Amino acid sequence: METLSQTDRKPASALYFEGARGPGPAWLQTLRQNARARLEETGFPTTEQEEWRFTSVAPLLQWPLRAAEPAARGVGPADIEPYRIAGEGYCLVFVNGRFRAELSNLPGPGAPVQAGSLRAQWNGGASEWEKHLARHADCRANFFTALNTVSFEDGAFVIARANAVVEQPVQLLYLTASEQPGAVVHPRNLIVANTGGSVKVIETYASLTEAAHLTNAVTELVLGPGARVEHGRLQNENESAYHIAAVQAVQDADSRWLSHSIATGARLARNQIQTLLNARGAEAVLNGLYMARGEQLSDHHTLIDHAQPHCQSHEFYYGILSGRSHGVFNGKIFVRQDAQKTNAKQTNRNLVLSESAVINTKPQLEIYADDVKCTHGATVGQLNSEALFYLRSRGIGAALARRMLIRAFANDAVERITVAPARESLEKLLTERFERLDASLSSHE
Amino acid sequence: MLEIHNLSAGVGGKQILKGLDLSVRAGEVHAIMGPNGGGKSTLAQVLAGRGDYEVTSGSVTFNGASLLELKPEERARAGIFLAFQYPVEIPGVNSAVFLKAALNECRKARGEQELDAVEFLDIVKKKSKVIELDPALLNRAVNEGFSGGEKKRNEIFQMAVLEPRLAILDETDSGLDIDALKIVSSGVNKLRRPDNAALVITHYQRLLNYIVPDRVHVLVHGRIVKSGGKELALELEERGYDWIPEAAASNGKP
Repeated sequence: METLSQTDRKPASALYFEGARGPGPAWLQTLRQNARARLEETGFPTTEQEEWRFTSVAPLLQWPLRAAEPAARGVGPADIEPYRIAGEGYCLVFVNGRFRAELSNLPGPGAPVQAGSLRAQWNGGASEWEKHLARHADCRANFFTALNTVSFEDGAFVIARANAVVEQPVQLLYLTASEQPGAVVHPRNLIVANTGGSVKVIETYASLTEAAHLTNAVTELVLGPGARVEHGRLQNENESAYHIAAVQAVQDADSRWLSHSIATGARLARNQIQTLLNARGAEAVLNGLYMARGEQLSDHHTLIDHAQPHCQSHEFYYGILSGRSHGVFNGKIFVRQDAQKTNAKQTNRNLVLSESAVINTKPQLEIYADDVKCTHGATVGQLNSEALFYLRSRGIGAALARRMLIRAFANDAVERITVAPARESLEKLLTERFERLDASLSSHE
Repeated sequence: MLEIHNLSAGVGGKQILKGLDLSVRAGEVHAIMGPNGGGKSTLAQVLAGRGDYEVTSGSVTFNGASLLELKPEERARAGIFLAFQYPVEIPGVNSAVFLKAALNECRKARGEQELDAVEFLDIVKKKSKVIELDPALLNRAVNEGFSGGEKKRNEIFQMAVLEPRLAILDETDSGLDIDALKIVSSGVNKLRRPDNAALVITHYQRLLNYIVPDRVHVLVHGRIVKSGGKELALELEERGYDWIPEAAASNGKP
């Protein structure tokens, strides 16, 4: 990690509360003001709080934090190419938090989906997203969500029209490029699928430089009756970065949300993935894959709120931990009193590849209805030595055999991604990652 | 081809093989029989290089080179193949990907060109016919959801593809019905060549009706206590093991 200047520190309050109020029209300023009040109530998270028990964000207060310079170095098409998912899809590119129209590919006015920069439009009078933006993500419970609402300077909206089936995926690409440590970006996204609409959105987070930076992203998703949304987060920021994410979906009747959280990057990653199953027949599938190595910490806190009857949720989270890394999985499922006939299933599997890696996994089911089906299971294990021997007994070297088994462990998570180019780029990333993993494992032979 | 001298080995501190001697020449099929717990499977695992087993004394040479120092993959590349008694299911690892990687590793070691996907599929097609294995199984994960018979047949299929010099069949007959047994045996027979050999570990004489051995050995309490021609298997089938003094003594019977 970059050495952070000890003399250039600012008190956290000065940076967060005074210097970082984002722009926007009056209605947005009101929201920001409310969020700011929440910030002060909630206070900066500490490991004293149950929700942050294993994940200390205190080091951030030692950083020379500052808003990322909007005009970073000249970032051109060649810089973004490696991060773009291939194919004919739409892509919204943000560099240091600012939308870059010349690098982006937006749907035209007649397209079944509208997408663009929030900032470019929030002065243009009432827009469809005004009634949703910053209305769903909870500023009360999460300091960083409130901080994002206070501070965000730009972000993306994606809106699928009623009954529109959007074939091309929409990629939201957030790149940070800062030579000096301490740059902060607060990406903000709003994804709406109106009645019967269907859309696939992939958020990608990456760093173009090696300096430590903070990404504090919030995404709200609104699924109308019968809507279908596939939403992926691929986070592969540099291993000095702190990445904090909150995702909140709100689902109407018979809607289906397929969520992927693929977390491979950052020194510390905290992902809060939440959905509210708010009407009959809604279904959520939460798919996750976290890989941590070296000193990385990867934390997922998920919450599925079964507020209404006849809803389903299926949650599959997989962790691969090596080196001295630390994984945290906390899976909360609420089944409220009215939510009869709920069907909820949660699985968390962890592959621990070194002696010093740590995983804290905790299912948390709170069930207030009596006619429900809820199951959960968590496993922590090593590579299957029998399988390893079987592969080697056929002539496959130990390193490749291990790689095949680690890849196999991640397989289900990868296969759930239906956006083929996103899946393929993830496969490539995993292959590279597993190859490098060998060096750290070979001492175990 | 294979020379085992005074081999002692065990697992978890328990001595299982106690000074075993065995010599197999190219072109031969040897059967290893004996009661449960005698060390048959341990011998197979030790030859394949399973790390859980500790060799405490003795030597094993394979085509003149010492085998025991080699890693499992190096033994496989040198031409040793173990058809497992209980083939493990490996979810998420595609059978074809796995077998192509294995074959290319073995070919590389033999100084042969690696095969591309088309050439590999060609071999798969030919060999799956020999074993009468549905090639569609190769689209699935290794052994996952295979029936007992399919697993055993898949072992022999892998053997056919990899073309080892020494095949060790660890109770390949167990769990096979008579038709499957015939198919597997005829597959093994078709693969016999003057320059390869097989070690057939079995509980029952039945298999040896189909795979006719050159030599039959009785393994009891970690040692070969009796060896003979194929007629020895028939005698064992008829009379059991108790007439062999070492086996009887170990059972506490006269």
